Amino acid sequence: MKRFFDTELETFRSNLVMMGEIAVRQVRDAMKALIESDLSLADQVAAADDELDQLEIKIDEEAIRYMSLRSPVATELRLVVVGMKASHDLERVGDEATNIVRRVARLSAEPPIKPYVDLPRMATIAIQMLRDAMDCFLQIDAEKALLICQRDKEVDDLNRQLYRELSSYMIERPETTSRALELMFISKSIERIADHATNIAEEMIYLAKGEDVRHTEQTRNPDAG
Amino acid sequence: MSAHTLMEITPTTFAPPIADKPAQADSEVHQTLIDIANLDFFYGETKALHDISLKIPEKEVTAFIGPSGCGKSTLLRCLNRMNDLIDIARVDRGTIRIRDIDIYQPDVDVIELRKRVGMVFQKSNPFPKSIYENITYGLRLQGVSAKSRLDEVVERSLRGAALWDEVKDRLHESGLSLSGGQQQRLCIARAIAVEPEIILMDEPCSALDPIATARVEELIHELKSKYTIVIVTHNMQQAARCSDRTAFFYLGRLVEYADTQTIFMKPSDAQTEAYVSGRFG
Repeated sequence: MKRFFDTELETFRSNLVMMGEIAVRQVRDAMKALIESDLSLADQVAAADDELDQLEIKIDEEAIRYMSLRSPVATELRLVVVGMKASHDLERVGDEATNIVRRVARLSAEPPIKPYVDLPRMATIAIQMLRDAMDCFLQIDAEKALLICQRDKEVDDLNRQLYRELSSYMIERPETTSRALELMFISKSIERIADHATNIAEEMIYLAKGEDVRHTEQTRNPDAG
Repeated sequence: MSAHTLMEITPTTFAPPIADKPAQADSEVHQTLIDIANLDFFYGETKALHDISLKIPEKEVTAFIGPSGCGKSTLLRCLNRMNDLIDIARVDRGTIRIRDIDIYQPDVDVIELRKRVGMVFQKSNPFPKSIYENITYGLRLQGVSAKSRLDEVVERSLRGAALWDEVKDRLHESGLSLSGGQQQRLCIARAIAVEPEIILMDEPCSALDPIATARVEELIHELKSKYTIVIVTHNMQQAARCSDRTAFFYLGRLVEYADTQTIFMKPSDAQTEAYVSGRFG
Protein backbone atom coordinates (compact mmCIF):
# COMPACT_ATOMS: atom_id res chain seq x y z
CA MET A 1 0.00 0.00 0.00
CA LYS A 2 1.32 3.44 -0.98
CA ARG A 3 1.26 6.12 1.68
CA PHE A 4 0.96 9.82 0.96
CA PHE A 5 4.36 10.53 2.52
CA ASP A 6 6.32 7.83 0.68
CA THR A 7 7.73 10.51 -1.63
CA GLU A 8 9.51 12.04 1.37
CA LEU A 9 11.55 8.86 1.76
CA GLU A 10 12.28 8.84 -1.97
CA THR A 11 13.65 12.38 -1.73
CA PHE A 12 15.69 11.37 1.31
CA ARG A 13 17.11 8.40 -0.58
CA SER A 14 17.97 10.40 -3.70
CA ASN A 15 19.71 13.09 -1.66
CA LEU A 16 21.96 10.44 -0.15
CA VAL A 17 22.65 8.94 -3.58
CA MET A 18 23.50 12.43 -4.84
CA MET A 19 25.92 12.92 -1.92
CA GLY A 20 27.58 9.64 -2.84
CA GLU A 21 28.04 10.73 -6.44
CA ILE A 22 29.46 14.11 -5.44
CA ALA A 23 31.83 12.53 -2.91
CA VAL A 24 33.18 10.08 -5.50
CA ARG A 25 33.62 12.92 -8.00
CA GLN A 26 35.44 15.03 -5.39
CA VAL A 27 37.95 12.28 -4.58
CA ARG A 28 38.50 11.45 -8.26
CA ASP A 29 39.02 15.13 -9.16
CA ALA A 30 41.30 15.70 -6.16
CA MET A 31 43.55 12.86 -7.31
CA LYS A 32 43.48 14.12 -10.89
CA ALA A 33 44.42 17.63 -9.71
CA LEU A 34 47.29 16.15 -7.69
CA ILE A 35 48.71 13.95 -10.43
CA GLU A 36 48.32 16.52 -13.20
CA SER A 37 49.26 19.46 -10.93
CA ASP A 38 46.00 21.06 -12.08
CA LEU A 39 45.53 24.03 -9.73
CA SER A 40 42.28 25.17 -11.26
CA LEU A 41 40.72 21.72 -10.76
CA ALA A 42 42.07 21.78 -7.20
CA ASP A 43 40.22 25.08 -6.63
CA GLN A 44 37.03 23.61 -8.08
CA VAL A 45 37.22 20.65 -5.69
CA ALA A 46 37.70 22.94 -2.70
CA ALA A 47 34.79 25.14 -3.79
CA ALA A 48 32.44 22.19 -4.33
CA ASP A 49 32.84 20.93 -0.77
CA ASP A 50 29.98 23.21 0.25
CA GLU A 51 27.55 21.09 -1.80
CA LEU A 52 28.23 18.11 0.43
CA ASP A 53 28.00 20.20 3.60
CA GLN A 54 24.59 21.54 2.57
CA LEU A 55 23.28 18.10 1.58
CA GLU A 56 24.37 16.66 4.92
CA ILE A 57 22.40 19.36 6.75
CA LYS A 58 19.40 18.75 4.50
CA ILE A 59 19.46 15.00 5.12
CA ASP A 60 19.66 15.54 8.88
CA GLU A 61 16.69 17.92 8.75
CA GLU A 62 14.64 15.52 6.66
CA ALA A 63 15.53 12.58 8.92
CA ILE A 64 14.54 14.38 12.11
CA ARG A 65 11.35 15.63 10.52
CA TYR A 66 10.47 12.16 9.27
CA MET A 67 11.13 10.57 12.65
CA SER A 68 9.05 13.22 14.42
CA LEU A 69 6.07 13.16 12.09
CA ARG A 70 5.96 9.70 10.53
CA SER A 71 7.10 7.42 13.38
CA PRO A 72 9.09 5.05 11.17
CA VAL A 73 9.81 1.50 12.37
CA ALA A 74 11.78 -1.51 11.11
CA THR A 75 13.49 -1.03 7.69
CA GLU A 76 12.24 2.53 7.41
CA LEU A 77 13.65 3.50 10.77
CA ARG A 78 16.95 1.88 9.86
CA LEU A 79 16.96 3.75 6.54
CA VAL A 80 16.52 7.10 8.25
CA VAL A 81 19.17 6.44 10.91
CA VAL A 82 21.62 4.93 8.42
CA GLY A 83 20.98 7.84 6.05
CA MET A 84 22.07 10.30 8.72
CA LYS A 85 25.22 8.34 9.52
CA ALA A 86 26.18 7.69 5.90
CA SER A 87 25.67 11.34 4.98
CA HIS A 88 28.07 12.27 7.77
CA ASP A 89 30.64 9.84 6.36
CA LEU A 90 30.19 11.25 2.86
CA GLU A 91 30.61 14.78 4.13
CA ARG A 92 33.89 13.71 5.74
CA VAL A 93 34.99 12.11 2.45
CA GLY A 94 34.48 15.56 0.90
CA ASP A 95 36.62 17.10 3.66
CA GLU A 96 39.41 14.62 2.94
CA ALA A 97 39.24 15.46 -0.79
CA THR A 98 39.62 19.13 0.19
CA ASN A 99 42.59 18.24 2.41
CA ILE A 100 44.22 16.57 -0.60
CA VAL A 101 43.76 19.52 -2.97
CA ARG A 102 45.07 21.99 -0.38
CA ARG A 103 48.46 20.30 -0.80
CA VAL A 104 48.45 20.37 -4.60
CA ALA A 105 49.79 23.94 -4.91
CA ARG A 106 52.70 23.26 -2.57
CA LEU A 107 53.58 19.96 -4.22
CA SER A 108 53.32 21.26 -7.78
CA ALA A 109 55.83 24.03 -7.06
CA GLU A 110 58.62 21.45 -7.02
CA PRO A 111 59.31 18.28 -9.01
CA PRO A 112 57.80 15.11 -7.48
CA ILE A 113 60.18 13.15 -5.24
CA LYS A 114 58.95 9.97 -6.88
CA PRO A 115 56.39 9.10 -9.54
CA TYR A 116 52.81 8.84 -8.30
CA VAL A 117 52.17 5.10 -8.21
CA ASP A 118 50.99 4.05 -4.78
CA LEU A 119 48.72 7.03 -4.10
CA PRO A 120 46.66 6.51 -7.30
CA ARG A 121 46.53 2.81 -6.51
CA MET A 122 45.19 3.48 -3.02
CA ALA A 123 42.77 6.06 -4.37
CA THR A 124 41.45 3.68 -7.02
CA ILE A 125 40.62 1.12 -4.34
CA ALA A 126 39.09 3.74 -2.03
CA ILE A 127 36.94 5.18 -4.82
CA GLN A 128 35.77 1.71 -5.82
CA MET A 129 34.91 0.97 -2.18
CA LEU A 130 32.85 4.17 -2.02
CA ARG A 131 31.06 3.37 -5.27
CA ASP A 132 30.34 -0.17 -4.16
CA ALA A 133 29.08 1.03 -0.78
CA MET A 134 26.61 3.35 -2.52
CA ASP A 135 25.57 0.48 -4.84
CA CYS A 136 24.85 -1.59 -1.75
CA PHE A 137 22.59 1.22 -0.59
CA LEU A 138 20.65 1.14 -3.85
CA GLN A 139 20.52 -2.64 -4.00
CA ILE A 140 20.24 -3.32 -0.24
CA ASP A 141 23.02 -5.85 -0.61
CA ALA A 142 24.59 -6.93 2.69
CA GLU A 143 26.88 -9.56 1.20
CA LYS A 144 28.58 -7.18 -1.18
CA ALA A 145 28.87 -4.67 1.66
CA LEU A 146 30.77 -7.18 3.77
CA LEU A 147 33.35 -7.59 0.99
CA ILE A 148 33.91 -3.82 1.00
CA CYS A 149 34.71 -3.89 4.72
CA GLN A 150 37.25 -6.63 4.09
CA ARG A 151 39.02 -4.53 1.41
CA ASP A 152 39.81 -1.77 3.87
CA LYS A 153 42.94 -3.63 4.92
CA GLU A 154 44.44 -3.33 1.43
CA VAL A 155 44.33 0.45 1.71
CA ASP A 156 45.63 0.36 5.29
CA ASP A 157 48.57 -1.79 4.18
CA LEU A 158 49.41 0.50 1.26
CA ASN A 159 49.27 3.49 3.58
CA ARG A 160 51.70 1.85 6.01
CA GLN A 161 53.99 0.81 3.20
CA LEU A 162 54.05 4.33 1.79
CA TYR A 163 54.68 5.75 5.25
CA ARG A 164 57.78 3.57 5.64
CA GLU A 165 58.99 4.45 2.18
CA LEU A 166 58.52 8.20 2.67
CA SER A 167 60.21 8.00 6.09
CA SER A 168 63.32 6.56 4.50
CA TYR A 169 63.27 9.32 1.84
CA MET A 170 63.24 11.93 4.59
CA ILE A 171 66.19 10.30 6.33
CA GLU A 172 68.22 9.82 3.17
CA ARG A 173 67.36 13.16 1.57
CA PRO A 174 66.31 15.66 4.24
CA GLU A 175 65.52 18.27 1.56
CA THR A 176 62.49 16.15 0.57
CA THR A 177 61.03 16.27 4.08
CA SER A 178 58.31 18.85 3.49
CA ARG A 179 57.15 17.20 0.25
CA ALA A 180 57.31 13.72 1.82
CA LEU A 181 55.18 14.97 4.71
CA GLU A 182 52.59 16.38 2.30
CA LEU A 183 52.43 12.99 0.60
CA MET A 184 52.06 11.24 3.94
CA PHE A 185 49.09 13.45 4.75
CA ILE A 186 47.55 12.69 1.37
CA SER A 187 48.08 8.99 1.93
CA LYS A 188 46.42 9.33 5.32
CA SER A 189 43.48 11.18 3.71
CA ILE A 190 42.96 8.37 1.20
CA GLU A 191 43.18 5.84 4.00
CA ARG A 192 40.49 7.81 5.86
CA ILE A 193 38.30 7.86 2.73
CA ALA A 194 38.49 4.07 2.64
CA ASP A 195 37.55 4.04 6.34
CA HIS A 196 34.47 6.14 5.60
CA ALA A 197 33.57 3.81 2.73
CA THR A 198 33.90 0.93 5.21
CA ASN A 199 31.64 2.73 7.68
CA ILE A 200 29.05 3.23 4.96
CA ALA A 201 29.30 -0.45 4.00
CA GLU A 202 28.76 -1.43 7.65
CA GLU A 203 25.78 0.91 7.77
CA MET A 204 24.37 -0.78 4.66
CA ILE A 205 24.65 -4.17 6.35
CA TYR A 206 22.69 -2.74 9.25
CA LEU A 207 20.13 -1.34 6.83
CA ALA A 208 19.73 -4.67 5.06
CA LYS A 209 19.79 -7.04 8.01
CA GLY A 210 19.45 -5.02 11.20
CA GLU A 211 22.79 -6.43 12.35
CA ASP A 212 25.53 -4.26 13.73
CA VAL A 213 28.80 -5.71 12.42
CA ARG A 214 31.09 -2.90 13.58
CA HIS A 215 34.20 -4.08 15.40
CA THR A 216 33.44 -7.73 14.76
CA GLU A 217 35.48 -10.47 13.16
CA GLN A 218 33.11 -10.49 10.17
CA THR A 219 34.39 -7.22 8.79
CA ARG A 220 38.05 -8.23 8.99
CA ASN A 221 39.86 -9.35 5.90
CA PRO A 222 39.95 -13.18 6.03
CA ASP A 223 43.53 -13.07 4.70
CA ALA A 224 44.64 -10.79 7.51
CA GLY A 225 47.09 -12.33 9.93
CA MET B 1 -26.34 -5.42 30.48
CA SER B 2 -27.90 -7.85 32.96
CA ALA B 3 -26.45 -8.47 36.40
CA HIS B 4 -25.76 -12.02 35.34
CA THR B 5 -23.61 -10.86 32.43
CA LEU B 6 -21.76 -8.44 34.66
CA MET B 7 -20.86 -11.26 36.99
CA GLU B 8 -19.72 -13.36 34.11
CA ILE B 9 -17.35 -10.81 32.77
CA THR B 10 -16.07 -9.20 35.92
CA PRO B 11 -13.72 -11.03 38.25
CA THR B 12 -15.74 -11.20 41.40
CA THR B 13 -13.88 -13.11 44.04
CA PHE B 14 -10.51 -13.55 45.52
CA ALA B 15 -8.00 -15.64 43.62
CA PRO B 16 -5.06 -17.48 45.22
CA PRO B 17 -2.47 -14.89 46.24
CA ILE B 18 -0.16 -15.69 43.34
CA ALA B 19 0.03 -12.01 42.49
CA ASP B 20 1.89 -11.29 45.72
CA LYS B 21 5.19 -12.63 44.46
CA PRO B 22 7.91 -10.00 44.37
CA ALA B 23 8.53 -8.20 41.11
CA GLN B 24 11.19 -9.77 38.95
CA ALA B 25 14.01 -7.94 37.29
CA ASP B 26 13.61 -7.28 33.57
CA SER B 27 16.69 -9.31 32.79
CA GLU B 28 15.19 -12.47 34.25
CA VAL B 29 13.62 -14.89 31.89
CA HIS B 30 10.01 -15.15 32.93
CA GLN B 31 8.30 -18.50 32.99
CA THR B 32 5.48 -19.35 30.67
CA LEU B 33 2.16 -18.67 32.35
CA ILE B 34 -0.23 -19.12 29.44
CA ASP B 35 0.54 -21.86 26.95
CA ILE B 36 -1.62 -21.88 23.84
CA ALA B 37 -1.04 -24.91 21.62
CA ASN B 38 -2.43 -25.62 18.14
CA LEU B 39 -5.65 -23.75 18.81
CA ASP B 40 -8.41 -23.77 16.18
CA PHE B 41 -11.47 -21.66 16.89
CA PHE B 42 -14.78 -21.37 15.05
CA TYR B 43 -17.71 -18.99 14.98
CA GLY B 44 -20.31 -21.35 13.53
CA GLU B 45 -18.80 -22.60 10.29
CA THR B 46 -16.24 -19.82 10.09
CA LYS B 47 -12.76 -20.66 11.27
CA ALA B 48 -11.55 -17.58 13.12
CA LEU B 49 -8.26 -18.91 14.50
CA HIS B 50 -5.95 -21.31 12.70
CA ASP B 51 -3.50 -23.47 14.60
CA ILE B 52 -2.34 -20.81 17.07
CA SER B 53 0.60 -21.74 19.29
CA LEU B 54 1.95 -19.12 21.64
CA LYS B 55 3.58 -19.07 25.07
CA ILE B 56 2.92 -15.98 27.18
CA PRO B 57 5.40 -15.38 29.99
CA GLU B 58 4.26 -14.28 33.42
CA LYS B 59 4.67 -10.71 34.67
CA GLU B 60 5.26 -9.32 31.26
CA VAL B 61 3.07 -7.32 28.91
CA THR B 62 2.21 -9.17 25.72
CA ALA B 63 0.56 -7.19 22.92
CA PHE B 64 -1.67 -8.72 20.24
CA ILE B 65 -1.66 -6.62 17.08
CA GLY B 66 -3.13 -7.01 13.62
CA PRO B 67 -5.76 -5.53 11.32
CA SER B 68 -9.45 -5.71 12.24
CA GLY B 69 -10.83 -9.22 11.96
CA CYS B 70 -7.43 -10.90 12.34
CA GLY B 71 -8.53 -12.84 15.42
CA LYS B 72 -6.59 -11.01 18.11
CA SER B 73 -9.64 -10.13 20.24
CA THR B 74 -11.06 -13.61 19.69
CA LEU B 75 -7.86 -15.13 21.04
CA LEU B 76 -7.84 -12.71 23.98
CA ARG B 77 -11.38 -13.76 24.83
CA CYS B 78 -10.40 -17.41 24.67
CA LEU B 79 -8.04 -16.81 27.57
CA ASN B 80 -10.83 -16.43 30.12
CA ARG B 81 -13.46 -18.32 28.11
CA MET B 82 -15.41 -15.15 27.42
CA ASN B 83 -16.28 -16.71 24.09
CA ASP B 84 -18.39 -19.28 25.97
CA LEU B 85 -20.99 -16.51 26.16
CA ILE B 86 -21.42 -16.70 22.38
CA ASP B 87 -23.54 -19.72 21.42
CA ILE B 88 -21.91 -20.45 18.07
CA ALA B 89 -18.34 -20.00 19.29
CA ARG B 90 -16.21 -23.08 19.95
CA VAL B 91 -12.65 -24.20 20.39
CA ASP B 92 -12.35 -27.02 17.89
CA ARG B 93 -8.83 -28.23 18.51
CA GLY B 94 -5.83 -27.40 20.64
CA THR B 95 -5.37 -26.37 24.24
CA ILE B 96 -4.90 -23.31 26.41
CA ARG B 97 -3.08 -24.03 29.64
CA ILE B 98 -2.69 -21.54 32.44
CA ARG B 99 -0.16 -22.83 34.93
CA ASP B 100 -0.49 -26.26 33.39
CA ILE B 101 -4.27 -26.38 33.82
CA ASP B 102 -6.16 -26.88 30.58
CA ILE B 103 -8.85 -24.21 30.95
CA TYR B 104 -11.17 -25.86 28.43
CA GLN B 105 -11.49 -29.09 30.42
CA PRO B 106 -15.12 -29.68 31.49
CA ASP B 107 -14.25 -29.71 35.18
CA VAL B 108 -12.81 -26.18 35.10
CA ASP B 109 -14.97 -23.71 37.03
CA VAL B 110 -15.38 -20.85 34.58
CA ILE B 111 -16.31 -18.35 37.29
CA GLU B 112 -13.11 -19.23 39.17
CA LEU B 113 -11.17 -18.90 35.93
CA ARG B 114 -12.49 -15.40 35.34
CA LYS B 115 -11.50 -14.43 38.88
CA ARG B 116 -7.96 -15.33 38.00
CA VAL B 117 -8.13 -13.78 34.56
CA GLY B 118 -9.64 -10.30 34.79
CA MET B 119 -10.62 -8.18 31.85
CA VAL B 120 -10.70 -4.50 30.94
CA PHE B 121 -12.67 -3.42 27.90
CA GLN B 122 -12.39 -0.84 25.17
CA LYS B 123 -15.27 1.19 26.53
CA SER B 124 -15.03 1.79 30.25
CA ASN B 125 -18.00 0.14 31.91
CA PRO B 126 -18.22 1.18 35.55
CA PHE B 127 -21.34 -0.04 37.32
CA PRO B 128 -23.90 2.72 37.89
CA LYS B 129 -22.85 2.80 41.51
CA SER B 130 -20.43 4.73 43.66
CA ILE B 131 -16.69 4.51 43.12
CA TYR B 132 -16.43 2.63 46.43
CA GLU B 133 -19.13 0.14 45.46
CA ASN B 134 -17.57 -0.43 42.05
CA ILE B 135 -14.38 -1.63 43.72
CA THR B 136 -16.04 -3.65 46.48
CA TYR B 137 -18.69 -5.28 44.29
CA GLY B 138 -16.77 -8.49 43.78
CA LEU B 139 -15.68 -8.81 47.39
CA ARG B 140 -19.23 -8.23 48.66
CA LEU B 141 -20.49 -10.97 46.37
CA GLN B 142 -17.90 -13.18 47.99
CA GLY B 143 -19.40 -12.32 51.36
CA VAL B 144 -16.72 -9.95 52.58
CA SER B 145 -18.50 -7.28 54.61
CA ALA B 146 -15.99 -6.02 57.17
CA LYS B 147 -15.69 -2.31 56.49
CA SER B 148 -12.03 -2.16 57.44
CA ARG B 149 -11.23 -4.91 54.93
CA LEU B 150 -13.28 -3.25 52.19
CA ASP B 151 -11.71 0.15 52.89
CA GLU B 152 -8.29 -1.39 52.64
CA VAL B 153 -9.03 -3.05 49.30
CA VAL B 154 -10.56 0.16 47.90
CA GLU B 155 -7.49 2.18 48.77
CA ARG B 156 -5.04 -0.47 47.59
CA SER B 157 -6.87 -1.00 44.29
CA LEU B 158 -7.30 2.70 43.56
CA ARG B 159 -3.66 3.33 44.37
CA GLY B 160 -2.74 0.38 42.17
CA ALA B 161 -4.73 1.95 39.35
CA ALA B 162 -3.14 5.37 39.99
CA LEU B 163 -6.55 6.86 40.74
CA TRP B 164 -6.53 7.22 44.54
CA ASP B 165 -5.30 10.80 44.76
CA GLU B 166 -7.90 11.96 42.28
CA VAL B 167 -10.91 10.30 43.92
CA LYS B 168 -10.09 9.75 47.60
CA ASP B 169 -12.39 12.61 48.67
CA ARG B 170 -15.31 11.51 46.52
CA LEU B 171 -15.45 7.75 46.96
CA HIS B 172 -19.21 7.79 47.37
CA GLU B 173 -19.92 9.69 44.18
CA SER B 174 -21.07 7.75 41.15
CA GLY B 175 -18.40 6.03 39.09
CA LEU B 176 -20.11 7.52 36.07
CA SER B 177 -19.25 11.05 37.28
CA LEU B 178 -15.59 10.44 36.46
CA SER B 179 -13.90 11.42 33.20
CA GLY B 180 -13.38 8.76 30.52
CA GLY B 181 -9.78 8.18 31.51
CA GLN B 182 -10.67 7.99 35.20
CA GLN B 183 -13.50 5.56 34.43
CA GLN B 184 -11.08 3.31 32.59
CA ARG B 185 -8.68 3.38 35.54
CA LEU B 186 -11.66 2.66 37.83
CA CYS B 187 -12.34 -0.45 35.75
CA ILE B 188 -8.70 -1.44 36.12
CA ALA B 189 -8.98 -0.84 39.89
CA ARG B 190 -12.11 -3.01 39.95
CA ALA B 191 -10.28 -5.74 38.07
CA ILE B 192 -7.31 -5.77 40.45
CA ALA B 193 -9.49 -5.57 43.59
CA VAL B 194 -10.04 -9.31 43.38
CA GLU B 195 -6.32 -10.02 42.94
CA PRO B 196 -6.35 -11.72 39.55
CA GLU B 197 -3.22 -13.26 38.16
CA ILE B 198 -3.76 -12.13 34.59
CA ILE B 199 -5.36 -8.96 33.24
CA LEU B 200 -6.67 -8.97 29.68
CA MET B 201 -7.08 -5.57 28.09
CA ASP B 202 -9.03 -5.16 24.88
CA GLU B 203 -8.17 -1.78 23.34
CA PRO B 204 -8.14 -0.13 26.77
CA CYS B 205 -7.12 3.32 25.49
CA SER B 206 -8.95 3.61 22.21
CA ALA B 207 -11.61 5.88 23.68
CA LEU B 208 -9.18 7.99 25.71
CA ASP B 209 -7.42 11.27 25.02
CA PRO B 210 -3.59 11.30 24.84
CA ILE B 211 -3.09 12.32 28.48
CA ALA B 212 -5.46 9.66 29.80
CA THR B 213 -3.80 7.19 27.43
CA ALA B 214 -0.37 8.06 28.82
CA ARG B 215 -1.67 7.49 32.38
CA VAL B 216 -3.09 4.09 31.50
CA GLU B 217 0.15 3.15 29.71
CA GLU B 218 2.13 4.22 32.75
CA LEU B 219 -0.20 2.09 34.85
CA ILE B 220 0.26 -0.93 32.59
CA HIS B 221 3.98 -0.58 33.07
CA GLU B 222 3.58 -0.51 36.87
CA LEU B 223 1.06 -3.34 36.98
CA LYS B 224 3.33 -5.81 35.26
CA SER B 225 5.42 -6.18 38.40
CA LYS B 226 2.43 -7.99 39.93
CA TYR B 227 0.31 -9.18 37.05
CA THR B 228 0.63 -10.76 33.65
CA ILE B 229 -0.97 -8.46 31.09
CA VAL B 230 -2.21 -9.27 27.62
CA ILE B 231 -3.30 -6.25 25.63
CA VAL B 232 -5.01 -5.99 22.26
CA THR B 233 -4.25 -2.70 20.56
CA HIS B 234 -4.59 -1.04 17.19
CA ASN B 235 -2.09 1.58 18.21
CA MET B 236 1.34 0.47 17.01
CA GLN B 237 3.16 3.00 19.11
CA GLN B 238 1.26 1.83 22.17
CA ALA B 239 2.35 -1.74 21.54
CA ALA B 240 5.91 -0.49 21.04
CA ARG B 241 5.87 1.59 24.22
CA CYS B 242 4.05 -0.75 26.59
CA SER B 243 4.71 -4.33 25.70
CA ASP B 244 7.60 -6.70 26.22
CA ARG B 245 6.45 -9.13 23.59
CA THR B 246 4.29 -8.65 20.52
CA ALA B 247 2.28 -11.13 18.50
CA PHE B 248 1.13 -10.14 15.00
CA PHE B 249 -1.99 -11.82 13.66
CA TYR B 250 -3.36 -11.78 10.15
CA LEU B 251 -6.44 -13.57 8.82
CA GLY B 252 -6.73 -15.70 11.93
CA ARG B 253 -3.12 -16.83 11.88
CA LEU B 254 -0.21 -15.94 14.10
CA VAL B 255 2.30 -14.49 11.66
CA GLU B 256 5.09 -13.52 14.00
CA TYR B 257 5.67 -13.52 17.75
CA ALA B 258 8.83 -12.08 19.26
CA ASP B 259 10.08 -9.56 21.74
CA THR B 260 8.63 -6.16 20.93
CA GLN B 261 11.97 -4.67 19.98
CA THR B 262 12.46 -7.31 17.29
CA ILE B 263 8.95 -6.82 15.90
CA PHE B 264 9.48 -3.08 15.54
CA MET B 265 13.18 -3.01 14.65
CA LYS B 266 13.72 -6.05 12.49
CA PRO B 267 10.67 -8.22 12.02
CA SER B 268 11.46 -11.39 10.13
CA ASP B 269 8.19 -11.54 8.21
CA ALA B 270 7.42 -9.13 5.38
CA GLN B 271 3.73 -8.96 6.39
CA THR B 272 4.67 -7.95 9.92
CA GLU B 273 6.96 -5.26 8.57
CA ALA B 274 4.26 -3.93 6.25
CA TYR B 275 1.74 -3.83 9.09
CA VAL B 276 3.93 -2.15 11.72
CA SER B 277 5.07 0.42 9.14
CA GLY B 278 1.43 1.24 8.35
CA ARG B 279 1.63 -0.13 4.82
CA PHE B 280 -1.38 -2.38 5.17
CA GLY B 281 -4.13 -3.18 7.58
